[in-house]
Amino acid sequence: MDYGLSEEQITLRDLARRIAEERILPVRAELDETEEFPWAIMKDLADSDMFRVFIPEEYDGLGGGCFELCVVVEELSRACGGVAVCYAASALGASAILLFGSEEQKQKYLPDIADGKRLAAFGLTEPTAGSDAGGIRTTAEKVSGGYLLNGTKQFITNGGEAEIYTIIALTDKAKGARGASALIVEKDTPGFTFGKKEKKMGIRTSATRELIFRDCLVPEENLISKEGAGFPMTMRVLDKSRPGIGAQAVGIAQGALDAAVDYTSQRIQFGHPIISLPVVQDKLADMATQIEAARLLVHGVARTVDSGAKNITAEASMAKVFASDVAMKVTVDAVQVCGGAGYMRDYPLEKMMRDAKITQIYEGSNEVLRNTIAVGLRKRKARRE
Amino acid sequence: MNIIVCLKQVPGTTDVKIDPETNTLRREGIENVVNPFDTYALEEGIRLRERFGGKVTAISMGPPQAEGMLREAISCGADEAILISDRAFAGSDTLATSYTLSCAVNKIGDYDLVICGRQTIDGDTGQVGPELSEALGLPFVAYVSKINELADGKMTLERMVEDGHEVIETPLPAVITVVKEINVPRLPSLRGITRAKRAEIPVWTSGDLEVDDGRIGLTGSATWVVEIFFPQRIHRGEMLEGDPDGQVDALIEKLRELKIA
Repeated sequence: MDYGLSEEQITLRDLARRIAEERILPVRAELDETEEFPWAIMKDLADSDMFRVFIPEEYDGLGGGCFELCVVVEELSRACGGVAVCYAASALGASAILLFGSEEQKQKYLPDIADGKRLAAFGLTEPTAGSDAGGIRTTAEKVSGGYLLNGTKQFITNGGEAEIYTIIALTDKAKGARGASALIVEKDTPGFTFGKKEKKMGIRTSATRELIFRDCLVPEENLISKEGAGFPMTMRVLDKSRPGIGAQAVGIAQGALDAAVDYTSQRIQFGHPIISLPVVQDKLADMATQIEAARLLVHGVARTVDSGAKNITAEASMAKVFASDVAMKVTVDAVQVCGGAGYMRDYPLEKMMRDAKITQIYEGSNEVLRNTIAVGLRKRKARRE
Repeated sequence: MNIIVCLKQVPGTTDVKIDPETNTLRREGIENVVNPFDTYALEEGIRLRERFGGKVTAISMGPPQAEGMLREAISCGADEAILISDRAFAGSDTLATSYTLSCAVNKIGDYDLVICGRQTIDGDTGQVGPELSEALGLPFVAYVSKINELADGKMTLERMVEDGHEVIETPLPAVITVVKEINVPRLPSLRGITRAKRAEIPVWTSGDLEVDDGRIGLTGSATWVVEIFFPQRIHRGEMLEGDPDGQVDALIEKLRELKIA
């Protein structure tokens, strides 16, 4: 398939693939088992300039966009969806600064993120606010010298490992979602601590923690954009990050298909490799077809994002929903065609199946995103009338 | 600190065929890679530059296609690269190779350290590093596993020996060979790849190096490969045939014959 990649994008893909094969593949099972954060791989990614990919050149980046990020995330996910999300979450954490930050904020934080010196993270979800982002309770009270943060963020990817956090908190409780604002909070700010590392079904090498704020004073200059801009800003950030989750899902699915083709080619039953059985071929053919369709949708939406198009919420949601559903189906089928070997932890497939599940859940559950897509359809219909 | 790193391109597989006419490796159709031990040499050169400044020059003596390997060295962080290539160098053994490399090192001049891998995976001799130091008249330390300090024109390093580590101090310039324990080589970077694509890699011929023609290529080689062969299998196992009971009886009989049982 010709994906229309430029020479630079092919170089990027090939290098990301090489990192995945040489540095991630040999340790992915161990990382899954120990649940340790993949710092050595983050260093490799930094040394190879991978964190520069999504940062503009004026802040020491290479000036790529959503598409380039998706290319890297897919390749890393092919080996390990957990490692890939540690990388992608830094891009998500940088996104609000990149899109809405002041020149000073960009100068201060983006070069370090591009360099891979510091990881970033994005803190929205709370015990009372998941799909209903309007339910956040963390407050940022204006005091002399800045904002006093109080509250708890939950299930934050890269929590505890990242050093730069974009936090959504209420600067005006009375206004609800319209009173939400985005603040940059650095690790080691007094009053900012972390909860325990969550034990997860999949992507176990990635860190997911609570962020706890108790009278945490954040300087006024760390407010991104203006008070009350937090919620629409979050929607824009997520519109741009969802294709990345789609790419993660495509990578996981591709990794599962590769493993399934390998195994079914070697596994002899009734005197033949089981890949010669029509029932296995049917499954593999459907898997391959769905993966191509998902990849092309992710590519198409990522390119649309990079073109600067507005109102891409529905399309971004489609890329994430479709690719993640494909990843789940493909990994389940891959386990099935590999039988007992698919189920065993000495083989990579059961991990891929566990890793795939999160892609249907985070960055907007597929249920809430389907709702978003449907709302978009109704709006379009209404506009025509 | 200016560092010269010697690299060699080798077949990227152990499944090589020998040409029966010339007794040399058949390199056609085989993917070539950087000799794995040389990647540690390159990485250590880059790390030293990161610690102490200066530049890293990668050199390789080989056929024109070795240029690709030198570009990869630049993409990993080498500042510049030079290919030493001439039909007159063909057939060089380690003596002629190290002489030729020494001429290139002298032509580069202004260097503090030459780093080689401990050996190649195709020739496996481990001779080029030490012979190069001999040709240059420089101190030599083999099997370096750690570089500790660098000050006042001296370097302290550790080398692996059979029963432990030796700590050695050497004046600079010097030649060292490194073992794989010394570091984990980095992969190329995106900016490095861009730099490598644009880099000019000069090709130095025998004329450029002003070599003594009697000391290069086959003429300058002290050794020739007379024959390459697989060692004869001297001890052969014997497979017992028949049904399991018969095989057990035959085995016991054999052991008795040999007075083992």
